[in-house]
Amino acid sequence: MEEFLSLTLGGVVNGSVYAAFALALVLIWRSTRIVNFAQGSMAAATTFIAVAVIDSGQSYWVGLIVALLAGLVMGALIERVIIRPVEGGPELNAVIVTLGLFIAIQGAVALFAGVNQRAFVPPFSNIGYEVREGFTLLSLSPNTIWTVAAVVVTMLLLIALFRFTRLGLAMRASAFGQEVARLLGVRVGRMLTLGWALAAAVGALAGLLIAGDVSFISPTFMDQLIVFGFVAAVLGGLDSPIGAVVGGLLLGLALNYVRGYLDDSLLGMASLVILVIVLLVRPGGLFSTTPARRA
Amino acid sequence: MAEPHGSTASGHGLPAASGPAGSGTGTATALLDVQGLSASYGPVRALDGVSLRAESGRITAVLGANGAGKTTLLRTISGLVRPTAGHVVLDGEDITRAPVEAMVHKGMAHVPEGRGVIAELTVDENLRVGSLFRGKVGREEFDRVYDLFPRIAERRDNPAHTLSGGERQMLVVGRALLARPRILLLDEPSLGLAPRIVAQIFGLVRQLVDSEGLSVLLVEQNARSALSVADTGVVLNLGRVVVTDDARTLAADEDLRHAYLGF
Ligand SMILES: Nc1ncnc2c1ncn2[C@@H]1O[C@H](COP(=O)(O)OP(=O)(O)OP(=O)(O)O)[C@@H](O)[C@H]1O
Ligand SMILES: [Mg+2]
Repeated sequence: MEEFLSLTLGGVVNGSVYAAFALALVLIWRSTRIVNFAQGSMAAATTFIAVAVIDSGQSYWVGLIVALLAGLVMGALIERVIIRPVEGGPELNAVIVTLGLFIAIQGAVALFAGVNQRAFVPPFSNIGYEVREGFTLLSLSPNTIWTVAAVVVTMLLLIALFRFTRLGLAMRASAFGQEVARLLGVRVGRMLTLGWALAAAVGALAGLLIAGDVSFISPTFMDQLIVFGFVAAVLGGLDSPIGAVVGGLLLGLALNYVRGYLDDSLLGMASLVILVIVLLVRPGGLFSTTPARRA
Repeated sequence: MAEPHGSTASGHGLPAASGPAGSGTGTATALLDVQGLSASYGPVRALDGVSLRAESGRITAVLGANGAGKTTLLRTISGLVRPTAGHVVLDGEDITRAPVEAMVHKGMAHVPEGRGVIAELTVDENLRVGSLFRGKVGREEFDRVYDLFPRIAERRDNPAHTLSGGERQMLVVGRALLARPRILLLDEPSLGLAPRIVAQIFGLVRQLVDSEGLSVLLVEQNARSALSVADTGVVLNLGRVVVTDDARTLAADEDLRHAYLGF
């Protein structure tokens, strides 16, 4: 029972990180119908920027804000300069471009920061609370609470943006009905840029949360996340922010049970098995039934 | 060449307060003036020097068979297709090279072919997209559209992909009205609809034209219905204007009907 509780909590924590990453993928997918394979290395880049800020004597929070802003700028620039020319073209072109970006950004990060791992100090303690004499819940620590809370708040903010603001409606109209939106005066190009900018900022948050969770960073430290984030996003239907978060949590739980009850080495395979099952049973993802894809 | 029908283009004499207009004769200005418009898709020439005028407070029907260039005409007017020659003038302003996003600001709303509802959004959200560019819009404007189309009022919180074809057509027309256009471009609103619903939608458009001074450029294959509601008709064939005339005159011309209008 105690092991189950511990694994479940750990699954929620990991899952919320997958969810943040999936959110970033979903934001880009719904605005430009592109799977951004460069998401991981973009997040690695912003994390290293945050670390540089922290190294210079600033607090974690200043580093976080700088990383988020850097994400916004990087996302907007990448969309405008690199993605715009392949938007609406053959899907393969976009895939190749984001794969190329992935390699280029990772190379740039390694060039500036070196290829070695280095330690990362989370903003809060990673030591689990002792819930009862002799029983410490490893995955319930101040830092994991911050991690989960940050993801939940981000999701709520995004939902509020999409559901309750005119800007959010313009973004959704641009994503789902480009031509109609343009005919009705929506600046679709700007909305797509904004979608990428927001996605990169959410990715930047995910990068810092993961760094705090695993306590180290390297130019490739986000690479594994792209698989989990992608599976989580597909689980949720790729179009839905809520779906991304639920997909992330489900994947986090499932993988943590596999890790706990079976074996660590099965994680990659398990996530692919989950992906295949979902695609077979519900090709549109868990959130694609009649109540329709909503923000 | 196409001769614009009975237009004296003298700007004044038109009642400032939108009102009478009707289908009588009298003064009417060309709100939209299309001059020698040509457009191509690669080697395919879809429009070849098309000229027509849509007059203020009138319904101008553009008729023709499949592939005549009707959709291309509307898409070129609103900037979705760039013309190779010619001009589009809206209320005296040359808008030929204006960006698509600017058209609705200038008072032109284009309802594209195939009922462009945004399937993922709810009915109400679809309507709101129509007024987005105007900033904050009072609820009563939405209520007015729902009054016009009670069928979609009941479905306002449902995703638009759950609507029937007729309901979708009502939704896109209502959405365009929320843009408060001076001229409405409608591309085959009758497509796939039951005659009763076509009559209902056409009747409503006529009513808006008569009561609010709206102008409409109506593209239709269903020439009989379109001519029964329009003031003026323009017949296109292979990207060229064949004839422009009073709607009733066209409907009465048996040879023309057989040759180009299929009824
Ligand atoms: N995207 C396109 N690419 C290439 N050719 C096109 C394209 N769209 C239309 N055409 C061609 O241009 C011509 C005019 O087409 P258009 O769609 O304007 O006709 P239409 O009068 O609207 O026909 P319909 O009544 O079937 O809607 C046709 O020959 C058509 O094949
Ligand atoms: Mg057409």
